[in-house]
Amino acid sequence: MPLVDIQHLTCEIGGKTILQDLTLAIEEHQIHALLGANGSGKSTLAYVFMGCEGFAPTSGKITFKGIDLGPLPMFERARLGITLAWQEPARFEGITVSQYISLGKSDIDPAPYLGKVGLSPVAYGKRFIDTSLSGGERKRIELAAILAMKPRFAILDEPTAGIDMLSVQEMMNVIRSFKEGGASVLLITHQETIALMADQASQLCGGRIIFTGNPKDVAEHYKQGSCVRCDGETCLPSQIAR
Amino acid sequence: MRELKILTDTLESLGGDPEVFQDRHVAHMAASGHRLVSQREISGVTIDAHETGDGITNTIIIEKGKHVALPIHLCLGITEKTGIQRIQTRLVIEEGASASFLAHCLFPFVESGEHRMDATLEIKEGAHVRYDESHYQGTRGGMIVVPKAMVMVGPGAQYFSSFSLVEGRVGQLNIDYVVQVAASAVAELTSKVFGRGKDIIHIKEKMVLAGDYARGLIKTRVALEHDAEGEMTGIMEAHAKGARGHVDCREIIKDRAIGRAIPIVQVTHPEAKVTHEAAIGTVDKKELETLMAHGLDPEQATELIVSGMLQ
Repeated sequence: MPLVDIQHLTCEIGGKTILQDLTLAIEEHQIHALLGANGSGKSTLAYVFMGCEGFAPTSGKITFKGIDLGPLPMFERARLGITLAWQEPARFEGITVSQYISLGKSDIDPAPYLGKVGLSPVAYGKRFIDTSLSGGERKRIELAAILAMKPRFAILDEPTAGIDMLSVQEMMNVIRSFKEGGASVLLITHQETIALMADQASQLCGGRIIFTGNPKDVAEHYKQGSCVRCDGETCLPSQIAR
Repeated sequence: MRELKILTDTLESLGGDPEVFQDRHVAHMAASGHRLVSQREISGVTIDAHETGDGITNTIIIEKGKHVALPIHLCLGITEKTGIQRIQTRLVIEEGASASFLAHCLFPFVESGEHRMDATLEIKEGAHVRYDESHYQGTRGGMIVVPKAMVMVGPGAQYFSSFSLVEGRVGQLNIDYVVQVAASAVAELTSKVFGRGKDIIHIKEKMVLAGDYARGLIKTRVALEHDAEGEMTGIMEAHAKGARGHVDCREIIKDRAIGRAIPIVQVTHPEAKVTHEAAIGTVDKKELETLMAHGLDPEQATELIVSGMLQ
């Protein structure tokens, strides 16, 4: 049984079909990259999986370790070990970085987690998670907080977007450390070079998974660009050589 | 003295340090109702306080060029179940001086009481002042608190003020502050209030950026729950070249509470600029969901967001 099993998931929002009959399985201790252009439905899949308000599936089923996630609110999914690092994480007035990393956990030292994402605990621990942080700093803190949760399944939505070129490798090492810690990862990205670090990859286009395979093949197909602008019209599963 | 002991015990229970009233390096003034219960001057800080029968008047002067290292403590309150306190205060920070004030306004047992403060602050050229005022008004909601202040911030001076009432009940609060900001001076007003029960909160803060390159910020953070009501009026006027002002109001509303925000901005110089932002309503959805993705339930997440906002 896969850790994550998504079966025939369809999600319509405001009369528009965002995800269409999407089926995907992710095994234990696996990094699965989800490649897709802007608007292909990558983040929507993350929100539906997490149970965000306004992102209920129209049909289909998501199970985690055999548990149907459908009836579970977001925080109960998190308590099962599922979490999401947002593409643009929220900022909070009056909550320090250390507090944020320690959320819901007792006796945790935030320092090693900050160190792991390349931030000095002395310089950052007491700072507030507000607009004084840059986008890149905020994303690193989000990754540190997600790492500290010791999740079973982490959805990382564009974790390297907004990170400077010199630090991308460092972030990739952080993503690998989820797997080393026993977690599986859904790595959402629009950069094929990032997807290459995964164990397996899928390409999303127009809300459909059009190709699942080894990351090199999926990245190669994605790079050809045929899906980037087609919104699924020319990428129907029957038209793609799998 | 019994009243001072009650006030300092209350202060300690709220996380304050009662020892400051024994420290000979710390200037202070303490009043219970219309009685002066303790005061101390230090070098460069004169405190002239009097009981007038129906109130207390005091003038505190920081001498020219004096940098007061430790905060000056003002402890004001009512120690009985009922009472009235009227304070008339004049603070003068002479040229180039700097000082910080911690004002503790404590009404721990009041069931029905009133506190009126009429303050004038004169911050002279190049002076630097920080004035932090925190209130605890018990759990009955029987206090009426009316703080009024007129602040003149002189050329190149800096004035940072905060008002905090986040523990216990508010009762009725009616803040009315006016700040005049001269050339190249900076002024910031921050208010943080948590209204519960049938608390009624009115905060009116006006800042006039009168001098060239004057800068000002009015920041208001209010949380309201149960049947509380709040109305925040932030008025920012800019009348001179290079003046910059911003009004930032955020209110989180729960239950049957009602919140209003009235930002008023006026600019009369083509090279001045004032901006404002106001957000009223429930807790921000993304903030809430971000915390829930960390395993906090909606109540825990809301509590954390509200307490962070009022931090």
